[in-house]
Amino acid sequence: MQLTDIVAAAQAAVASASNPSELDQVRVDYLGKKGLLTEQLKSLGKLSAEERPAAGQLINEAKQQVQDSINARNDELKAAELASKLAAEQIDVSLPGRRAQVGGLHPVSKTIQRIEAFFGDLGFRVVEGPEVEDDFHNFDALNIPSNHPARADHDTFYFTPTTMLRTQTSGVQIRTMETEQPPLRIISPGRVYRNDYDQTHTPMFHQVEGLMVDTDVSFTQLKGILVDFLRNYFEEELEVRFRPSYFPFTEPSAEVDVRRKGGQWLEVLGCGMVHPKVLAAVGIDSEKYTGFAFGMGVERLTMLRYGVNDLRAFFENDVRFLKQFN
Amino acid sequence: MKFSEQWLRTWVNPALSSLELSEQLSMAGLEVDSMEPVAEAFNNVVVGEVLECWRHPEADKLQVTKVAIGTDEPAIIVCGAPNCRAGLKVAVATLGAVLPGDFKIKKAKLRGQESNGMLCSNAELGLNDDHDGIIELPSDAPVGMDYRAYLQLDDCTMDVDLTPNRADCLGVRGIAREVGVLNGLAVTEPSIEPVAVTSSSERAIQLLAPAACPRYLGRVIENVDCQARSPMWLTERLRRSGIRSIDPVVDVTNYVLLELGHPMHAFDHDQLHGAIQVRMATPSEKLTLLDGEQVTLQGDVLVIADEHQALAMAGIFGGEGSGVTAATRTIFLESAFFAPAAITGRARRFGLHTDASHRYERGVDPELQRLAMERASALILEICGGQAGPIVEAVAPEYLPQPKVVTLRAARLAKVLGIQVSAQVVEDIFQRLGFNVENTGSGWQVTVPTFRFDIAIEEDLIEEVARIYGYHRIEAAAPAAQLRMIPRHEAQLSASFFKRVLIDRGYQEAITYSFVDPKHQALLFDDTAALTLPFPISLEMSSMRVSLWPGLLSAVAYNQKRQQQSLSFCETGLRFIPDHNAENGVRQQPMLAGVRAGKAFAEHWQEGERAVDFYDIKGDVEALLAATGEGHLYRFVADQHPALHPGQSAAIFRADKRVGYVGAIHPQFEKRLGLNGRTFVFELEFNAIAKRSVPRAQAISKYPMIRRDLAIVVKQQIAAGEIIAAIENVGVNHLVDLNLFDVYQGPGVAEGQRSLALSLTLQRSDRTLEEQEINAAIAAVVEMLATEFGATLRE
Repeated sequence: MQLTDIVAAAQAAVASASNPSELDQVRVDYLGKKGLLTEQLKSLGKLSAEERPAAGQLINEAKQQVQDSINARNDELKAAELASKLAAEQIDVSLPGRRAQVGGLHPVSKTIQRIEAFFGDLGFRVVEGPEVEDDFHNFDALNIPSNHPARADHDTFYFTPTTMLRTQTSGVQIRTMETEQPPLRIISPGRVYRNDYDQTHTPMFHQVEGLMVDTDVSFTQLKGILVDFLRNYFEEELEVRFRPSYFPFTEPSAEVDVRRKGGQWLEVLGCGMVHPKVLAAVGIDSEKYTGFAFGMGVERLTMLRYGVNDLRAFFENDVRFLKQFN
Repeated sequence: MKFSEQWLRTWVNPALSSLELSEQLSMAGLEVDSMEPVAEAFNNVVVGEVLECWRHPEADKLQVTKVAIGTDEPAIIVCGAPNCRAGLKVAVATLGAVLPGDFKIKKAKLRGQESNGMLCSNAELGLNDDHDGIIELPSDAPVGMDYRAYLQLDDCTMDVDLTPNRADCLGVRGIAREVGVLNGLAVTEPSIEPVAVTSSSERAIQLLAPAACPRYLGRVIENVDCQARSPMWLTERLRRSGIRSIDPVVDVTNYVLLELGHPMHAFDHDQLHGAIQVRMATPSEKLTLLDGEQVTLQGDVLVIADEHQALAMAGIFGGEGSGVTAATRTIFLESAFFAPAAITGRARRFGLHTDASHRYERGVDPELQRLAMERASALILEICGGQAGPIVEAVAPEYLPQPKVVTLRAARLAKVLGIQVSAQVVEDIFQRLGFNVENTGSGWQVTVPTFRFDIAIEEDLIEEVARIYGYHRIEAAAPAAQLRMIPRHEAQLSASFFKRVLIDRGYQEAITYSFVDPKHQALLFDDTAALTLPFPISLEMSSMRVSLWPGLLSAVAYNQKRQQQSLSFCETGLRFIPDHNAENGVRQQPMLAGVRAGKAFAEHWQEGERAVDFYDIKGDVEALLAATGEGHLYRFVADQHPALHPGQSAAIFRADKRVGYVGAIHPQFEKRLGLNGRTFVFELEFNAIAKRSVPRAQAISKYPMIRRDLAIVVKQQIAAGEIIAAIENVGVNHLVDLNLFDVYQGPGVAEGQRSLALSLTLQRSDRTLEEQEINAAIAAVVEMLATEFGATLRE
């Protein structure tokens, strides 16, 4: 048989091999120890020394040709095998995954965390205080002595004539200044309580109190930090105005209103320069130090930010409401 | 404080629209809460005169009237009001008129009688809720005149929400003064002249508590007709200021209150005995108030008394028996200054809050009594007639507030405000405010008039400068401070860290009220006495929570009623445990709690669904504790809790300290708490779990791990946790992991026993373990289990 015929026959056999073992049989038949092409090498002995190299080379080339064909076919078969295996493993990726539910923070907590972040970046430390408070911290030290008319405005939940649920987070200012000297920068979020329940009042709500006391704290800076905060909180270049007001523990005092494009003025917080009597009550020299304080209603800010219309929704804990903030 | 804008503009009339004026007041610290038209929209209502009036032939309660309305022909109008009579001037809605509520007046037939319009009551015009008959206009009202024009109804009621410091603005006079200051305008006061004294009747006054009442003016007016009607201009001003007309004397005192901000009181002179005594109440003195309630006074309550008894709570409320009635012929008018310190808090103590107490608590101008007296006298004489006696004034000048002198340093002004305000501007502001100002070189010495009770210290003056200068003109600047980092302790974990772990496991954060239903709380915590609110919003919100569970369980019940089937809530917050040793008698402890109910997970196409169980919530707690890096320090020990299922509750210990509970709510409470099915809860003391240690890295072993599994059989009552703890404690050499991977009861294991399968993983850090070391370690464990728990190896 001619060498070229053997190669042709081998390649035909390779092409018809439909799985790896058939292909391996072809390899044995032609390239194995007793394979047809291997046998050809043995015939070289009959040739002269001059003829032998050329003939040997031809045979080796033929072997290589067959080997290449086998390799190519082997790759084909492997690819086909993998493809069919993958095809068999195909799944519906649109089916839901397992245990995908996550919960979420209450929107009031979300707002508090955002406020903490804004002020935290400026070096305001978060401090917390008790909710059952005494009249010294909730009123007296804040320049609201026992018969002050402002006490009547607070709708206080009293336990005894001298203990109550705190009506404001401002008491934390006092607790902080009692133990620390300026410079001070704190914010204090938390629950506060007023005996009032209707469409626009819940007997419990949240405030964030802020306080900065240092050697050169002024009203211009109070304006600066609150405008900065409000624009960052709402992520909007809204208008901010400061309106004179009255709080016994700050002077001058202001209410702060914001107005969005085309909207109404909305009151969002109260603030002022810390009253000298408040500093005196905690032993801080009001000649050397000045300070500002502010207090904001968290529910109100949350309602404005997320378009919540009913204050009471915050404490009903209806999951259909809460999940909207996840 | 409500008042009519028109009234204000008779005092001072800046060239500002109503809106601009209200804006200006708000921006000066007198916040305008609302601005309402004084009358609803209506038209084609005119002044008419009833010319004739006769009984409707077919209806007893109706009359037929012929009413002049300024047209050629009088109108025939049927009217049902009892006060309709010939000669009366009335408000007539003519044909085509549209009244409030879009009520159109058309030609009508009433029991066969044609009617061409309507005679109106105040209620029908939306002026107040007075349905008792038609409006009676003064006889000089011009027939045919548009009623809105006649009453000048194109006016607003302004409601200014005054802060407690601005008592001086609790009258039109004060508001006008402020508007004058803001606009640089002079204020025109109504001319108030002393009335002619035409009677010698008077009553002696004794100031027995001169510090509380340093000035008291009294005047007797004889022969007054208390049944006279207050004129319309007066009742209209009252109405537009939110005050109903009562009787002429009360109307006048109310008018003076609104106009000057000065409260007054009138007594029936004939009911008084001897001299008026202004004194402190005797302890336990009784007084019957105008509303019929008898109160017991204390020694710090100032009263107006005669020689027999207390007649009124000074500056707060009048008493029964001495007040003016329709039958009163002689009145005794009081115009007094009561010191704020003698009034504050007293009204509230008796559950009272009156226009008078509101003003006296905050401060009434001590120089205003005579003016108020003359104003009221003149009005009473005008309306009720009578003869005024002389004013008797008792005064203790040494107790009267004196004008205060306050120093303002220019440097302090600049420091507090952060801006420079020129001396000229500062002085102009004080002068406009009516303060006497003297430049001292480094600042100013300011003399403050007596009506400004709110100004006593330098900061008060700074505020006045800022307020009148305009807050909007003070620039905003970023605060400057030294950069100093806030300590952030890695070992201290925050509430939000724990909440995050729970949220990732599907929990929704709830915020529930700190006061809960005592019935629910008592059910769950029978041995704990909670702090109770004496005056709660409602009984259901009256008990301070001793645990976050009652609130969370209410949230579950609320949602289950709204078809929510898979619920997981968490909450952080304080619990309140009465404790005499704690500040204010209560321990306020931050807690972290959770609740799960219903389906463990949303129904899944492959996993199906199942109800949540103990091990779901325990897994959540374990994850929470593992997240602190110190999960291995906690143990769950079967324990009883009154709120929990006795067989499904565990106390959670950190070392030897109990830090919380986890378990199923006791099934017997489910129904009473409104719960639908098994509900699982946990609660941890936040401070006990919020500390972790900062990690210390250890070398990782290069040598292989060896796992050996043990299947043991023990009595089923023996807690798996004890076995695991015992293995950990026995000091097995080189144990790096221990896991319980199977629990089995059934064929092959004797009744009352169970099989536990444990894997022990061993590893050395210095070399590969040898077979005999491994065998010795496992043998030690097996022996310990046999002696401690009677465990046998499962065949």
